[in-house]
Amino acid sequence: MKFIDEYQNSELAKKLAQRIAGHSVRSIRLMEFCGGHTHAIMRYGIRQLLPETIEMKSGPGCPVCVTAIGDLDKAIALAHSPKVIITTFGDMMRVPGSYSSLQQAKAEGANIRVVYSTMDALEMAKASPNKSVIFIGIGFETTAPTIAASIVKAEKERIGNFYVLSFLKLTPPVMKALLGLGEIKLDGIIGPGHVCVITGSHPYGFIPEKYGVAYVISGFEPLDILLSVDKLVQQIETGSPKVEIAYRRGVKPEGNRKALELMQQVFEIDGADWRGIGIVPQSGLKINKEYQHFDANNAFSGLLRSARNDKPAKEPKGCRCGDVVRGAATPLECKLFGKACTPEKPIGPCMVSSEGACAAYYQYGASYE
Amino acid sequence: MNDTILLAHGSGGKLSHDLVERKFLPLLANPLLDKLDDSAIFEANGRLAFTTDSYVVNPIFFPGGDIGRLAVCGTVNDLSMNGAKPLYLSLSVIIEEGLLMADLEHIVRSIKAAADEAQVNIITGDTKIVNRGQADKLFITTSGIGIIPAGIDISGANAKAGDRVILSGTIGDHGIAIMSQREGLRFETLLESDCAPLNKLVAQIVEACPNTHCLRDPTRGGLATTLNEFAKQSNVGIAVEEDKIPVKKEVKAACELLGLDPIYVANEGKLVAIVEPGDANKVLTQMKQNCYGRDAAIIGEVTNEHTGRVIMKTRLGPSRIIDMLSGELLPRIC
Repeated sequence: MKFIDEYQNSELAKKLAQRIAGHSVRSIRLMEFCGGHTHAIMRYGIRQLLPETIEMKSGPGCPVCVTAIGDLDKAIALAHSPKVIITTFGDMMRVPGSYSSLQQAKAEGANIRVVYSTMDALEMAKASPNKSVIFIGIGFETTAPTIAASIVKAEKERIGNFYVLSFLKLTPPVMKALLGLGEIKLDGIIGPGHVCVITGSHPYGFIPEKYGVAYVISGFEPLDILLSVDKLVQQIETGSPKVEIAYRRGVKPEGNRKALELMQQVFEIDGADWRGIGIVPQSGLKINKEYQHFDANNAFSGLLRSARNDKPAKEPKGCRCGDVVRGAATPLECKLFGKACTPEKPIGPCMVSSEGACAAYYQYGASYE
Repeated sequence: MNDTILLAHGSGGKLSHDLVERKFLPLLANPLLDKLDDSAIFEANGRLAFTTDSYVVNPIFFPGGDIGRLAVCGTVNDLSMNGAKPLYLSLSVIIEEGLLMADLEHIVRSIKAAADEAQVNIITGDTKIVNRGQADKLFITTSGIGIIPAGIDISGANAKAGDRVILSGTIGDHGIAIMSQREGLRFETLLESDCAPLNKLVAQIVEACPNTHCLRDPTRGGLATTLNEFAKQSNVGIAVEEDKIPVKKEVKAACELLGLDPIYVANEGKLVAIVEPGDANKVLTQMKQNCYGRDAAIIGEVTNEHTGRVIMKTRLGPSRIIDMLSGELLPRIC
């Protein structure tokens, strides 16, 4: 892979930082939507390079963090079923649900495996014909196409013991919900680069048009982020908010057509429950009728219903992950942060996930700033 | 049919004897082991260092090594990090039934090669066979005894303000080489594990600078964890510069792809030395002469400020805290 050092060049970074400071007059508030950006910003100390006029807020772009606690409880309930193998991305293992976690369920004997891709879960289903293999489908437009691909493959190969419990979420509707909520006033958003590789830039047009908020899609290297901040400041200072791509090597305006078609083939749009935000209409992906035999919600509906009735979902006391994903609080404003809640003993998902804001603040020592 | 390990190889009877006599003894032979008494008897004078470690790496074969080489190097290195000269190792092997005999032979040969390279003898050992599923192919435990030369006092608690921090070479090679082979994460790389015995490198360091303050090999948890251990044990601050830390470009690329930070990725053939400022260049020159220290670099220094903490000046200029690794290293989701 080339172009790593090029995007981490300290001379260029200094120049960009100077340019930003040079034309940033108004006090503004920007949100980096994506947890990957939060981590890069903390890891390279980018905040320290920015002028005081710019305030940065972390957004809801961490798949694990926005998974509703009730949805996590569902996964844990399924895990305890004897004929089930749960497959999941590793981050989900340690997130506490209302009463337990997948990690704890595993220690109690549940069959739970960490996989790195949905296709591994499918292979596991082929290798274990006497078990039901359920993949916990979390993520945004980034993971949705590969999950769709695995379902299409399962259909083609007639694999009858593979299921997906979809908690997939879409980014434009939640941005709309946040802006509509008006809880925090934003001047600009750093758009999620990896998500936009799939979606393209078109779905975000409403952000400048309806809300007058600047929107620049960014890559994940430090120079990408500085360049995006520079473009945002320019848009804001000149009063001309628009959608811009500062990640041309990854993102095309029309997105990835093949991936979008695959998503359309397998999913239909539905409401989704976001932790800290609640049900956001049209913001989730549900497996459609044609592929419903792969939907764990259908296949295990009885089990899921009784689990919910026995033990209703409840949020951990004092945890402000919900506020953190909305940008309404920084991790440092949570009383549990760094005391009761640490990466070793996390209480909320934002401290668990490698993309969570609390984990980034903790790991990179925000308190030192 | 492939020749495999059977449960009967652990019965204690004839097959057990055959296994030891045919697969282990001919390669590992030395006068102390060959006596085959219940314990090995030897004489030693001076301060002794004693350590033990278990090895359960998956996969058992990886680019640049295998579990056998790892089990010897790991224990040799643990002894060396206190300045001890490793003398003898024990070798205890738990084998899952069904392991290919050829795989076992391969591993014993690497144990032998690593022990020869480190000039240590394996003088006592044990084998157990367990049912399929009760172990993952092969687990190894090695213990080691070493002798500490007079006048040497190396400990993680000895770092003093002003000291220099020296790293013996590139970081993250082992962790990324292993990850590249893991089920579900396979990616093509020419990268090899750095798994190596460091006792000769340590002997050179200690000879050049008997007053070496700290030595440690940054294995699991990576460089970041080792530096944090030093800062806490010695109650000092440590400041390093990201740009000075050597990282191979393959490791950098894999880390970018997976969303990992090389300072948290495991090493098996690297060490961090902390020495007085006046000794730093001397030690660095010595290290560079050893094949396992060719890429050595001074990466930072010990300070009186921010005690118990490690600060890294990032490539872009600003500084940030680097904490110990918490939890597991996991690739990013999106």
